Amino acid sequence: MLDISNLSASIEGKKILKNFDLKIKPGEIHAIMGPNGSGKSTLANILSGRKGYEIEGKAFYEGKNLLEIPIEERAQKGIFLAFQYPIEIPGVNTNIFLKTSLNTIRKFRGLKELDSLDFLKLVREKSKNLKIQEKILSRQLNVGFSGGEKKKNEILQMTLLEPKLAILDETDSGLDIDALKIVSDGVNSLRNKNRSFLIITHYQRLLDYIKPDFVHVLVNGKIVKTGNSDLARELEKDGYEGVTETK
Amino acid sequence: MKQQELEKSKEYKYGFTTDIESIRAPKGLNEEVIKFISNIKKEPQWMLDWRLKAFSRLKNLKEPNWQKPKYPKINYQDLYYYSAPKSASDKPKNLSEVDPKLIETYKKLGIPLQEQKRLSGIAVDAVFDSVSVATTFKDELTKKGIIFCPISEAIRNHPDLVKKYLGSVIPITDHYFATLNSAVFTDGSFVYIPEGVRCPMELSTYFRINASETGQFERTLIIADKGSYVSYLEGCTAPMRDENQLHAANVELVALDDAEIKYSTVQNWYPGDKDGKGGIYNFVTKRGACRGKNSKISWTQVETGSAITWKYPSCILQGDNSVGEFYSIAITNNHQKADTGTKMIHLGKNTKSKIISKGISAGYADNTYRGLVKINSKANNARNYTQCDSLLMGNKCGAHTIPYIENKNSTANIEHEATTSKISEEQLFYCNQRGLNQEEAVSLIVNGFCKEVLQQLPMEFAVEAQKLVGISLEGSVG
Repeated sequence: MLDISNLSASIEGKKILKNFDLKIKPGEIHAIMGPNGSGKSTLANILSGRKGYEIEGKAFYEGKNLLEIPIEERAQKGIFLAFQYPIEIPGVNTNIFLKTSLNTIRKFRGLKELDSLDFLKLVREKSKNLKIQEKILSRQLNVGFSGGEKKKNEILQMTLLEPKLAILDETDSGLDIDALKIVSDGVNSLRNKNRSFLIITHYQRLLDYIKPDFVHVLVNGKIVKTGNSDLARELEKDGYEGVTETK
Repeated sequence: MKQQELEKSKEYKYGFTTDIESIRAPKGLNEEVIKFISNIKKEPQWMLDWRLKAFSRLKNLKEPNWQKPKYPKINYQDLYYYSAPKSASDKPKNLSEVDPKLIETYKKLGIPLQEQKRLSGIAVDAVFDSVSVATTFKDELTKKGIIFCPISEAIRNHPDLVKKYLGSVIPITDHYFATLNSAVFTDGSFVYIPEGVRCPMELSTYFRINASETGQFERTLIIADKGSYVSYLEGCTAPMRDENQLHAANVELVALDDAEIKYSTVQNWYPGDKDGKGGIYNFVTKRGACRGKNSKISWTQVETGSAITWKYPSCILQGDNSVGEFYSIAITNNHQKADTGTKMIHLGKNTKSKIISKGISAGYADNTYRGLVKINSKANNARNYTQCDSLLMGNKCGAHTIPYIENKNSTANIEHEATTSKISEEQLFYCNQRGLNQEEAVSLIVNGFCKEVLQQLPMEFAVEAQKLVGISLEGSVG
C-alpha cells in the first residue's frame, strides 16, 4: 500500500527526515514513536501533501508516485490525516463541512452522493458511537470545541470517510482516559484486512488500546528500531535513550 | 484564431463584446444631448424641464473626492449618453457563436439553457415564447393593479405618480453623480404597488425574462402604497459586460404606511482584467424613504463585479416605528476596489435599523465599509445594530471599516461590532485533506462567512449567488 524509500525532507534548509524507509501493507497497523522533534509530524505532513518541504527520495502509494499527487486527490484516493491540531474554520457549519467532504469523496469513488436526510442519519449513528453530542455538529467547524471534541471530530471524519490509509498524528495527546478509550474503539472498529493505519504517538498508553503490528522508533529523522507491540512497553520503561542504546 | 482573446477571457468569465450601434446621440454632455434623449423617449415637456433643471444644477457641482478608491479623471464631454439597444440581426444566432468560456460560467452558475441564450444576447427562438410568458405575468400583475413597466413608459402613462415621487428621495440637487443621472438617465424600471396589495411574485421573475438593455444611466422608482409589499431583484449572477465604463444609476424607493419593500441586487459587471485594466465604475445612488409609519425597507446586495464599486443604499426612517435593513456582501479580487455601505437616518420614533456587512478581499483588492448611523433629536427610542466583518485572502489586499455614528438623542441604542479575519493556508490545507480542491475550499469558507446575507436573497437566487461567490474568487489562492 505504502512504500517509502530513502526519503529525506528538509524545511528552510533544516533536514528533518533522513533517508527514511517504511513499508505498510494492507491491513497493517504501524505505530511510530519518538521524542519531540524527531520528525514524526513531518512524516504525516509529507504523506498528506502539506507544502513547504524540500523532498528527496521515493514514496509510492498503491504503486503510484505519491509525491506527485495533489493533496485533495490523495484524500480522495483514501489517505486520511487526523490532525494533531485541527484548525478552526469560522462560519462553516460542521455538518455542512462533513457532508461536502463525504460527498466529494463518494463522488470520486463512483458512489451516489448522499442527500441531507441520508447524511444526517449516517452522521448521527457514527457520532453516537463516538459519544459526540449532536449539537456540536451544528456549530462552526472546530470553533469553541474543547481539545477532546476536536480530536473526536477527527475520528468521526475518519469513520465517515472510510480511508484506506489513516494517519493519526498524536491523536491521543490531550485526551482524558475516557476519550482515549472512545477514540481507540473508533479506530479498532474500522480495522480490517484492507485498511492500514499509521499511528504517531509520544506515549505507549494509546497502544494499550490499539494493538499495532509494528512499532518503529524514530530518532533524528530515522527509524532506529522496529519491533512488535512489546517495543512500546520497553520504551515506556527505559525511555528513548535506553532503547536506542541497546541497538 | 483569436487565441489571444480567448486567453484573455479565461481570466474573467464573460466573453463577448458589444458592437457599437449606429443610432446614438453624439458625444458630449450638453442641452442638445439631453433634448435628444428626451425626444427619443417621447417625453412630455415637464420631464425635459426637470432634466434641464438637473443639468443646470450639475454645472455648479463638483465630483466628490472623499472616497477611498481613486480613479482617473473622467472626461464627461467624451462620453456617449445615448445609444440604441442592438437589433436582433446583430445578435449571435445560437450558443455555438458565443464564447465557450462564458457558457462554462453559465453552467457553473446553474443557469438554465434558455436563459443562457437570452443572457448571451441570442435572439430567443420560437420554442421559448418569452413574450407570452411575460404577458402571463403582466396579466396577473395588472389584475392586482400593480404597475410594472419601463420608467420611460411610466413618464408617459402615469405622469401623476412619476411627478409626485421622482426625485422625492434623491433630489436633483443631491450630488454630482445623482444629478448627472437625473439629467441624462435613459431608462429603468417603474413599480407601483397599490394600497393593500401584496405583489404575488418576485419582480425578478419577470425581469429576468424581459430584461432590457437599460444602459449606463439607469433610473428606478418603486412606490409601495399603504399596506403593500413587494420584493424586487435587480441584476443577475451572470457576468455582464458593457462598453460604457461609467455607470451612475439612481434607485429611489418609497414605502408608505405599513408597506414593505425588499430590494435585492446581484452585481457582476466586468471587473477589469487581472492587472486592473478596464472594468466598470459602478457609482450608484440608492436610497429608500420609509415615509409612512410601520414601513420597512430592506436592501440586500451581492457586489462581485466592477473595477470600482461605490454605493451606499440607504434608508430614511421618517415614519414612526419604521425599519431599515442593509445586508451586504462585497467581494473584491485582483485590482478591484469597493467603497460601500449604507446610511440609516433615524427621524421617526421607535425606528430600527440593522446593518450586516461582509467584505471579502483577495489579490491586490481594496475593500472599504463606510456607513452612517444618524439619530435625529426627535427619534426617541431609536435602535441600530451594525455588524461589519472583513475577510482577507493573501497579504496584498486591504479591508477598512469606517462607521460614522451621529447621535442626537439620549434614548438611542446603538451597537457596533466588527471583525477582521483571514483565510489561512492551514484552513485550506485542512479542507484539501478532506478531499476538497482549492476552489471548493475557498467557496465553502467564503459562503460560510457570508451566510447571513445570502439567506436574505430570494430562494431562486440564493443558490446561484452562492456559486457566484466561489467563482468570483477563483484563482485568488495557490
